[in-house]
Amino acid sequence: MFEVKNIHKTFNAGTVNEKHALRGVSLTLNDGDFATVIGGNGAGKSTLLNAVAGVWPVDSGSISIDGMDLTHMPEHKRAQYIGRVFQDPMQGTAATMQIEENLALAARRGKRRTLRPGITKAERAEYIERLKILDLGLEDRLTSKVGLLSGGQRQALTLLMATLIKPKLLLLDEHTAALDPKTAAKVLDATDRLVSKDNLTTLMITHNMKDAIAHGNRLIMMYEGRIVIDVSGEEKKKLTVPQLLELFSKVSGSDEADDKLLLS
Amino acid sequence: MNPIALLNSLPGAVSQGLIWGIMAIGVYLTYKILDVADLTVDGTMCTGGAVFIMLTMAGWSIPAALLASFIAGMLAGLATGLLHTACGIPAILSGILTQLALYSVNLRIMGKANQPINANNYRLLVSSRNVKVLSAENPILVVGILCVVLIAVLYWFFGTELGCSLRSTGSNSAMSRAQGINTNFTTVLGLMLSNGLVALSSALLSQYQGFADVSMGRGAIVIGLAAVIIGDVVFGKIFTNFALRLLSVVIGSIIYYAVYSLVIWLGMSGDDMKLITALIVALFLSIPYWKGKYFSNPAKRGGAANV
Repeated sequence: MFEVKNIHKTFNAGTVNEKHALRGVSLTLNDGDFATVIGGNGAGKSTLLNAVAGVWPVDSGSISIDGMDLTHMPEHKRAQYIGRVFQDPMQGTAATMQIEENLALAARRGKRRTLRPGITKAERAEYIERLKILDLGLEDRLTSKVGLLSGGQRQALTLLMATLIKPKLLLLDEHTAALDPKTAAKVLDATDRLVSKDNLTTLMITHNMKDAIAHGNRLIMMYEGRIVIDVSGEEKKKLTVPQLLELFSKVSGSDEADDKLLLS
Repeated sequence: MNPIALLNSLPGAVSQGLIWGIMAIGVYLTYKILDVADLTVDGTMCTGGAVFIMLTMAGWSIPAALLASFIAGMLAGLATGLLHTACGIPAILSGILTQLALYSVNLRIMGKANQPINANNYRLLVSSRNVKVLSAENPILVVGILCVVLIAVLYWFFGTELGCSLRSTGSNSAMSRAQGINTNFTTVLGLMLSNGLVALSSALLSQYQGFADVSMGRGAIVIGLAAVIIGDVVFGKIFTNFALRLLSVVIGSIIYYAVYSLVIWLGMSGDDMKLITALIVALFLSIPYWKGKYFSNPAKRGGAANV
């Protein structure tokens, strides 16, 4: 179980650029929950994911996975429990290293890195099998530098890396936003397959309301640093985009809940 | 302008190039692999020699003194690494601070600005007087073998789990942390390894020239960068294997010293060498930029006429 309790984060406190980005966010995900997160620019979606990943410490509140308190754990230590895919395809992989080397780095997430070989023969065979799941032909290019891959291929590879060792929590930060629609659909498809294969607890930010409704079993909407909508189960399945927009304007007390705000 | 004089200066240039090649490998580790410009090396390039000479004169064996030099260099790298990671000071400034501090430390180690060592009294590993002797003591042979061994060890190390985590830190630090790598640790380790190699090079250089001098490291980073860049310009396209890349750095260093000898042979004064060095490095640094800017897209020049 993943639990966030009343976390706050203010950036540039005491300056003109002060931004209270998270204002008491609480969220509980049960094992196997796949929650999609939507909200306008500056709603705090990415800030929430970065807080959970430990990119910087939160001002107050607590973060825990399976009862373990992660609140004060450094980013690289949290990584043993958390898999991440970023919005920028350049951010999730090491461009100057080979596909197999990237996978080998991911296969050692949370383990001590010793003077044993960085990659073994047995691993290579396994990576070929894993890459086949993506259906992008990467299994024939194990020794290609990742920098030569397209954005979509890199995101798919990052996704595979994030799930290579089963994470207790998978964080997807608009991981299809930088891709063209066709590639985005492919990567989302791979996401569904990998998540359902291992029944992963997942938090996925998306800017696309249709995707948010179509994927996962829960939908969370953020507004001004708070979670304002949290629907699940049958209620979530039946949601439509117009209903979602209506819900948003009711909760935010704003009549300007047009899709510009939500799709931005 | 006697061509024989130029030929005569070549063995010396090759030995110096090989010795500085080890230093340049250190620079390669930080500049190319960790993606950090580490200016500590200007100080470390004296520390290694100073430690070596003082310990040798105190009766230490040559291997023990070399090891101590290597460790002294690692400590210098540790200082820079901690200033950078634990104190949040930008890497380039951390290096400058350590380099400045090392000036005093080096004077303390030697007790004076210049510390000679007599090759007659100690069995030194390399000496410039053997440079034209065909024997097992020829510095070209000794340092050449040492370079090959070091490259082999580094090739092995950067293929291990730990070595891979160092490479990924330089390639993408955010991704590395997301994969559970403590990038502060790998950065410090890389700086220590790099400065250890630089100090080792310094220990060899002090034996070769028969003294350690407090200013022997001045501009070392520039020479190291020159070797890395010359190696990359000349061999970048054909040497893709990591071990060959390191070899190209050593060859780059030899080319640098060959050019240096040529410039001296052409009648330039020794006093002008720093200026000439800076010009040579500026030239080699500019080549990749000019290549990219003026020669990468010849189609653009002709416009769309040929489409």
